[in-house]
Amino acid sequence: MIKVDVAVIGGGPAGLAAALSARENGAEKVLIIERDARLGGILSQCIHNGFGLHMFNEELTGPEYADRYIRRVEQSDIEVMLNTMVLEVTRSKTIHCINSDRGYITVEAGALILAMGCRERTRGALNIAGDRPSGVYTAGSAQYMVNMQNFMPGRKVVILGSGDIGLIMARRMTWEGAEVKMVCELMNYSAGLNRNIAQCLVDYDIPLKFNHTVVKIHGRSRLEGVTIAKVDEKLKPIKESFEYVECDTLLLSVGLIPENELTDNLQVDMNPVTKGAVVDETRQTSLEGVFACGNVLHVHDLVDNVSKEADIAGRNAAQYLKNSIERTREIKVKSGENIRYTLPNYIRTDIDKLDIYYRVTKTIKPAVVDVYADGVKLKSKKLLVLNPGEMETINIDIPVDAREISVEARENI
Amino acid sequence: MIYDVAVIGAGVSGGSAAMELSKYNLKVVILEKALDAAMGATKANSGIVHAGYDCEPGTLMAKLNVEGSAMMEKLCENLKVPYERCGSFVVGFDDDDKKKIEELYQRGIENGVENMEIIDGEEARKIERHLSHDVKWALYAKTAGIVSPYELAIAMCDNAVENGAEIMLDFEVTSIEKKGNFIISSPGKSIEARYVVNAAGIYADKISKIAGAEEFEILPRRGEYILFDKKAESKVSTVIFQTPSKMGKGVLTAPTVHGNMFIGPDAQDMDDKEDKSTTIEGLNYIKEMAARSVTKIDYSRIITQFSGLRAVYSGKKDFYIKNSDMLPGFVNVAGICSPGLSASPAIGVMVRELLQKAGLEMKENKNYNPVRNVPKPFSEMNEEEINEAYQNDSKYGRIICRCETVTEAEIVAAIHSNVPALTVDSIKRRTRGTSGRCQGGFCGPRILEILSRELNKEPNEIVKSDKNAYIVDSRLREDKHND
Repeated sequence: MIKVDVAVIGGGPAGLAAALSARENGAEKVLIIERDARLGGILSQCIHNGFGLHMFNEELTGPEYADRYIRRVEQSDIEVMLNTMVLEVTRSKTIHCINSDRGYITVEAGALILAMGCRERTRGALNIAGDRPSGVYTAGSAQYMVNMQNFMPGRKVVILGSGDIGLIMARRMTWEGAEVKMVCELMNYSAGLNRNIAQCLVDYDIPLKFNHTVVKIHGRSRLEGVTIAKVDEKLKPIKESFEYVECDTLLLSVGLIPENELTDNLQVDMNPVTKGAVVDETRQTSLEGVFACGNVLHVHDLVDNVSKEADIAGRNAAQYLKNSIERTREIKVKSGENIRYTLPNYIRTDIDKLDIYYRVTKTIKPAVVDVYADGVKLKSKKLLVLNPGEMETINIDIPVDAREISVEARENI
Repeated sequence: MIYDVAVIGAGVSGGSAAMELSKYNLKVVILEKALDAAMGATKANSGIVHAGYDCEPGTLMAKLNVEGSAMMEKLCENLKVPYERCGSFVVGFDDDDKKKIEELYQRGIENGVENMEIIDGEEARKIERHLSHDVKWALYAKTAGIVSPYELAIAMCDNAVENGAEIMLDFEVTSIEKKGNFIISSPGKSIEARYVVNAAGIYADKISKIAGAEEFEILPRRGEYILFDKKAESKVSTVIFQTPSKMGKGVLTAPTVHGNMFIGPDAQDMDDKEDKSTTIEGLNYIKEMAARSVTKIDYSRIITQFSGLRAVYSGKKDFYIKNSDMLPGFVNVAGICSPGLSASPAIGVMVRELLQKAGLEMKENKNYNPVRNVPKPFSEMNEEEINEAYQNDSKYGRIICRCETVTEAEIVAAIHSNVPALTVDSIKRRTRGTSGRCQGGFCGPRILEILSRELNKEPNEIVKSDKNAYIVDSRLREDKHND
């Protein structure tokens, strides 16, 4: 049995920043539990640049970004257990885990930070009909093969979904000599960042087909082709538009799902929209002493925001151990018109300023975001454009007697 | 080496026959064309152990279903195959359905099925809370169960091999000649055997024909399925059939022994014996039909969809299991469609009796061990058991598949087992690795590495299921730097 002040599950960008912040804010014994052989999480395989523009004012690759935090962890007395899989966590913050060096390990933690990241949606979740050959991979798995394992998954590629990993992989596969035939996107907008569309598709003349999807997979052994189709406004495939495209590889970049299997053990309140835990401004879940941050809480598009969020969670985990989180109220933060979700979901401590993170449900151009406190407009912010693919923030002053805060977005006419 | 018996096909029928024969002092060989056992109709079916009320009284189907179903529990216990007697419903929505339900009940009585009752919808919903409110009547059969069909076939073959039989994978029978003994050949290799059991599934007709035995026809009938996550809200705990009606035969909604739920199958008569694709129409049909039996199916929790081909005898509706009249020593075990899985334990016994009738003498194998010595899956171990397993093998400390909690130790053991796992999908069928909600997104590339290491093969030689299903095209660079 190991006893620690703060246990952090996951050694990716969220776990690293949360552990550092907890330690720097006074937690004595901090432990990171990581299932992989190295720290850094998904950043280890993101060898492209574009990370850290907000946090460090420079463009870093994924491993470089992670390294900034890993070095600090290595210089600290934060304990790290690698190659260690958490099997179960209990409501009393006991963690059961296993690794091949020590076998079964039980950890008792004063505070727990969930930083398990997310996983990719699969073909099954999309219910695509057809054969079940090899050659159908999530974009992240393919990225792992190319960047971590030194394997080339295939030669003729179709990509379904224009999430960032899909866009990055379109360029990556092209660089390795594959022919990337197209990227099909079900919606009429991309879930990926604009800069990735420009740098990964446009620069390489890879067509991005909006309102298109894959309806059938062909190939009894290895993938031989896919049938693509245009979809109507209800997203139903249009029969007349079916088209066969020959390929040996289909990469799926169709969404990320917070990896909350362990969170389920804890029976904390979950947000059905984000598929992450419900949290307040301290990033504490409905179970006291359990915090969540990064992609396990909600899927981010920029790692910089993950680090910021993890910093909040780590700091508050340390505060929690000192009994200095005082819950003086409960203000609900709600998603109004055109807002898919906001985060945090509650304000519970005595703060007067707050950054609210939000995502919109559709592209709005130009846009205005309004924040209301109990029906009274608190703040408006004009933006050139709001995209569902990009998380935004708005900073507000919280009225002392507020009970409910609501965020709305509309077109700026 | 002259084998006493060659069993062609390593599905539940062939596996059961080989296992039964391994109880006697016989030299038995199983010949399988695929890279694994259980790759035909056994791989993709509903996994139901039917109570036995459905079959026409007096048929082999009725007899072997009831016998096999009665043997199943003990067999699965011995072979360490997941089995659960969860009970089944045939649900009805109107008076016509009630009449059919009463007929099924009567047929069940004739077939010797025990523990059946007809109950109303309200009673039924007390047992299965997810049943639709439109369900008015139900035939409740408590003896019905579920089993993992591919694990059963693999375990039967494994037990046969453990008790002295041999298995040859990648042995596609292309010719059978009788020159005193049978000479059975596959491209580049052949074996000699005194007796032959033809359990070749949808290709049993072809095998019988090339051997010079009876000519008959086996038709592939496709059924599509949708499989749901263990965490799906609407997960049922019993098998729910629909009453055959003008709407068709209906589809079922059922739990799996691993805690998932599925809906399906439809029934499509095919020309192509290799077409196991799913279709937009088929998947929509089973969704539509399943919605009649069960409330609120959670379609956001689909894990995968698949289809299987049933081997249907084109003659009268029954199994085709008999000694060949034209070719002495050749036994046909054909047309093993539903309830073939339920009947499979009894099919093995019947094959042995047919071989005895055909003149094969056998003495009991005194060393026969009916119990399979396989460790408990890691996912079912408690802390103490995990510690013990880890002390013996530190690979139990490395979890490869996080969704289903499968360790490296289990994957390595599967690769080196009696029926070796040579492909990624073979690993899945034995350990559940890659079968969870991420569908191999995390563990797939890692399993590829383990297979490559253990089989001493290049990564691009490792396949998903069959020989041409390579997973990676090539290595990228020769100067790989390991970190």
